[in-house]
Amino acid sequence: MSDRPHPLLIVIAALVYLFLMVPLVIVVGAALSDTTYLTFPPQGLSLRWFENIFQISAFRRTIVTSLQIAFLGTLIALLIGIPAAYALNRFRVELPKWLGTLFLLPILVPEIVFGFALLKSLTVGTGAPIFLALLIGHTLIVLPYVVRVISASLASFDFSIEEAAISLGSAPVKTFFTIVLPNVRGGVIAAFILAFITSLNDVSVSLFLTGPGISTLPIQILAHVEQFFDPTVASVSVLLMVLTVAVMAIVERTLGLTFLAK
Amino acid sequence: MTARRFWRRNGATGWALTAPATLAVVAFLIVPIGAVIAGTFMDPRGVFAPYISYFNSGFRTTVLFRTLQISAFTTVISLIFGFMTAYVVSRAPGKVKSLLIVAAVFPLLTGVVVRAFAWLIILGRNGILNQALLALGIVNEPLEMLYTQGAVIVGMVYLFVPLMVLSLVGVLENIPKDVLQASSSLGASPMATFWQVLLPLAVPGLIVGAVLVFTGSFTAYATPQLLGGERQTVLATLLQQRAMVSFDWVGASTIAAIMTVITISIVLAMSHVARRINPMAT
Repeated sequence: MSDRPHPLLIVIAALVYLFLMVPLVIVVGAALSDTTYLTFPPQGLSLRWFENIFQISAFRRTIVTSLQIAFLGTLIALLIGIPAAYALNRFRVELPKWLGTLFLLPILVPEIVFGFALLKSLTVGTGAPIFLALLIGHTLIVLPYVVRVISASLASFDFSIEEAAISLGSAPVKTFFTIVLPNVRGGVIAAFILAFITSLNDVSVSLFLTGPGISTLPIQILAHVEQFFDPTVASVSVLLMVLTVAVMAIVERTLGLTFLAK
Repeated sequence: MTARRFWRRNGATGWALTAPATLAVVAFLIVPIGAVIAGTFMDPRGVFAPYISYFNSGFRTTVLFRTLQISAFTTVISLIFGFMTAYVVSRAPGKVKSLLIVAAVFPLLTGVVVRAFAWLIILGRNGILNQALLALGIVNEPLEMLYTQGAVIVGMVYLFVPLMVLSLVGVLENIPKDVLQASSSLGASPMATFWQVLLPLAVPGLIVGAVLVFTGSFTAYATPQLLGGERQTVLATLLQQRAMVSFDWVGASTIAAIMTVITISIVLAMSHVARRINPMAT
């Protein structure tokens, strides 16, 4: 069927894309407005609401916490997820099938239930510090992305290269770092980015893991929106979008964006 | 040779390498959630007491049905528009196609709070839509659009359409082109090819997409919270209120158990169905 889609379908697809883009444009416009209330099109251009973000200490604090949690959580998920993804591919025959499903559980169970369960068992149950509970929660919700993306790159890796290195006398651990890992570098970068953004945007797990002086940025945004209807949140949103664009540019440079469309 | 034999010996190395991740999932996810669910059956009032009191409350059963209804509407709307859009994207020439994929990935990577917030600006009492409608003289006073079921559904569709488009583009691209060419060269009209060849081949992918959207909207928190408020309480917002506002742990755990059981059953049932009806399966 080399013929083009029906014109009506093209019109509908164009409208769907308009529906996807317009709200984001509106947020950017509202962030640039000079008014004390949210409006679009912006009335008088100004960056004062961007300055305002950093004048509110709750925003300053939660931005730092969110970045710390996203970075550390992703790092730990990579440390435990890369060996797991490697083993799932390398020992496909020896390991049971359900093990692969086990690592997907954090995205199969409702995230909000997971957050509540962590609150009940960890924060309330053992009195663990909130930061630690947040870190554990975020590590687990990004683990499925890490295992899946890296497994996908390992699936196209030819393990006979590794065997060749080992039979020529290279130590297994050294072989992993010098032969296997460099071959799936793209997958590791993609996994890092996907995990980092997922953690940064998470609401449902962080929702329950807040306490005096500690929370994440999305939870702070929710709290702010419910009290004030000023453009501060719009400018925070724009900051997050800029970050997303930057990240997408990195992915584009290293892997090509179609990589994300899997 | 010895190194190779060591490596080949058995799956012990495999188990050892998966152990840290397995332990993390078991200790911090399975055990805590299992404990929440088990706890609901240890109520001093009786084994099923929390569930009996849940379903005896008119408000709480309404919340359950409202959540199911919102998820069903969101799924159907996302499925229809997602499929049509994905079809156009999959037929687009190379450059345009990658641009369209990027345009769908971008909202997906933008957080749920930001995306719900955008609709707050649009649908608010003094929002853009009301201003436009007033300026055009279509309405005389602002419409109450926020805190309605429609607002929540619009916000959810906005959340899930990109996901649907992206997963269906993948599905449509995996359908071999020769099958469609065979159909049209044997005399089927484009419409017939679409309904009788393309659509049946896409059904397993449509089911997977539908499950993703249904379970996603069934458990979503930020969008119903911002766009629906208390008037459109759903299971996720009710769970949050019970746990963080009323400190009703048993009530919150019951909601958590209901959400988990419904989500997992849908995922299992539909993945079973998708596997059975897959016409491409060997």
